[in-house]
Amino acid sequence: MATLSIPNPVPSAIEDAEKLRKAFQGWGTDEKAMIAVLAHRDAAQRKQIKIAYEEQYKEKLLKRIESEISGHFERAVYRWIFDPVERQAIMANIAIKNKVVDFPVIIEIACINSSNELLSVKQVYQSLYKHSMEEDVASHATGDFRKLLFALVGTYRYDGEEINTELAKTEAKILNDAITKGEYNSDEIIRILSTRSKAQLQATFNCYKDAHNLSITKALSTKTPNDFVIALRAAIRCRTTPTKYFEKVLRNILQKSGMDEDALTRVIVMHAEKDLKEIKELFQTRANMTLEQAVAKKTSGDYENFLLALIGN
Amino acid sequence: MADETLSLKKAFSGHGGFGVDETIMAAMVTKWRKQPDQKSRFRSDFSGFFTKIGSIEKCEDDYLLRLKTEFSRFKNIMVLWLMHPWERDARWMHHVMHKSYPFTVIVEIACTRTSEELLGAKRAYQALFNHSVEEDVAYHIKESYSKLLVGLVSSFRYEGPQVDNDMAKWEAKALGNVIKSSGSGKLIQNEEVIRILTTRSKRHLKATFKHYKELHGKPIEEDLGANLCLQETVKCIDKPAKYFSEAINIAFKEGADKPSKLSLTRVIISRADVDMEEIKETYHKQFGVKLEDMITKNTHGHYKDTLLTLIGK
Repeated sequence: MATLSIPNPVPSAIEDAEKLRKAFQGWGTDEKAMIAVLAHRDAAQRKQIKIAYEEQYKEKLLKRIESEISGHFERAVYRWIFDPVERQAIMANIAIKNKVVDFPVIIEIACINSSNELLSVKQVYQSLYKHSMEEDVASHATGDFRKLLFALVGTYRYDGEEINTELAKTEAKILNDAITKGEYNSDEIIRILSTRSKAQLQATFNCYKDAHNLSITKALSTKTPNDFVIALRAAIRCRTTPTKYFEKVLRNILQKSGMDEDALTRVIVMHAEKDLKEIKELFQTRANMTLEQAVAKKTSGDYENFLLALIGN
Repeated sequence: MADETLSLKKAFSGHGGFGVDETIMAAMVTKWRKQPDQKSRFRSDFSGFFTKIGSIEKCEDDYLLRLKTEFSRFKNIMVLWLMHPWERDARWMHHVMHKSYPFTVIVEIACTRTSEELLGAKRAYQALFNHSVEEDVAYHIKESYSKLLVGLVSSFRYEGPQVDNDMAKWEAKALGNVIKSSGSGKLIQNEEVIRILTTRSKRHLKATFKHYKELHGKPIEEDLGANLCLQETVKCIDKPAKYFSEAINIAFKEGADKPSKLSLTRVIISRADVDMEEIKETYHKQFGVKLEDMITKNTHGHYKDTLLTLIGK
């Protein structure tokens, strides 16, 4: 469930556009007013506000926001404003064009969406960037990452519930053979992980656990952190237990030293209107504090206020 | 009488062309009504197809099978004609999984359909078979060309007008380098070859092939060795009309095998509403004979009539 909270009744798009205009006028920016509007509207409402603002004031809302605020706050608001499909297309492009492809972002987008949701993201990606997401991923990623990311992004997976138990057993064995040999980049691992339906994959992993008394992600843990294996585990988690995956990502960001604001922004912004509530609840049981407390501890200022507004209360 | 017998033999032979001549057969039933002796004489005379066993002329099994196939041609084309194109494509692709059709059919469908048509075929495939076509290809086909095939069938190419000409030139050079340094057996599994052929837009690839020819003085097909999968891929993307015209021609060749003969129905049904005019022109230019003449000469009955109508005679 979403954590996004929208006032009832919700002001009209024109009223909201006026409030934003007021927030921009004069010296400095009234960030609180901005957050009060933008962080409490759903995708359709945000779209209407953009249109209303542009009609009224003859300038693009996004351009104005970019000139009014900066830093982590600006990046978070920028990513938030778009609807989920366009947002993911934009974030995928940013991740791909990064110096080194930001693989967690691609894996998340490729693995947590349904086939048709991912297809929509790819269609918007094409209209924005005049390239297919597959061709950009393939030309920017190299080696094993290219194999994995291309397969995850490129497959139009079957989303049905049927399970073939015999097949699950066979493929659990195939996975075990590859893992025992340390061949983590094996074509078979990538094939199974990227082409099987979620239901079939879960069944396969259950067979694996039954046979070896070890979850497949534990089996893939290596003592030396190996980026590719990290990517494999992320893909496995995103495909089967996304809530747990994102909870762990948040806990890593918020409870370890150092700070990755981009990752924090990404998780909050991408899930606030989707399933942040479940992630929040799990976080609380695991971290012994609420998500709000953890975020407040590690962030500050407008950025903090914006995130807290999205996380809801 | 001899003439009639000859044409009846031809109509019933399942040899000398495609389909059966239903009209002649129906006329003979009328003519030889209540004349079992006539029929018996016909059977005795029809050596190779009937063998005398005791006092009856028994059908040769081989002939029976062939005859059934020829009778079915009209039935098959009607059923296919009625079907939605996406379902047709899905069923044809499924035949490849179970080895009754050659893998080139998948290349054909993946490369000559538009992105939307291919997506439709993939959706139909899922609805019919409860699997994605990608997972089935990856699982059932374990040949040297598997990676290329999976990539082709996964593709969701950009179809807009934009082409990055510099990138096309660069990739033409890159392909040339790979071709020079790889053994021709390895070429089909080369990552760059697969990446370029399976992810780039068709416009981009046409530009790349053009640059290749300018750079190396010959079309890329000549440098791909005896790699059927690669050859067909390039042909389908660059010159689909030529590909289809050649597929038709192979079907008409003396001694063509069953799958090659099936191409005749498949190509004409699937292209009738798309680029049949271009295919006819290409066929005429390439083989010096009009397609309608070839069909008239080599096919019979309702099957023939249907083909001629479909090609827009």
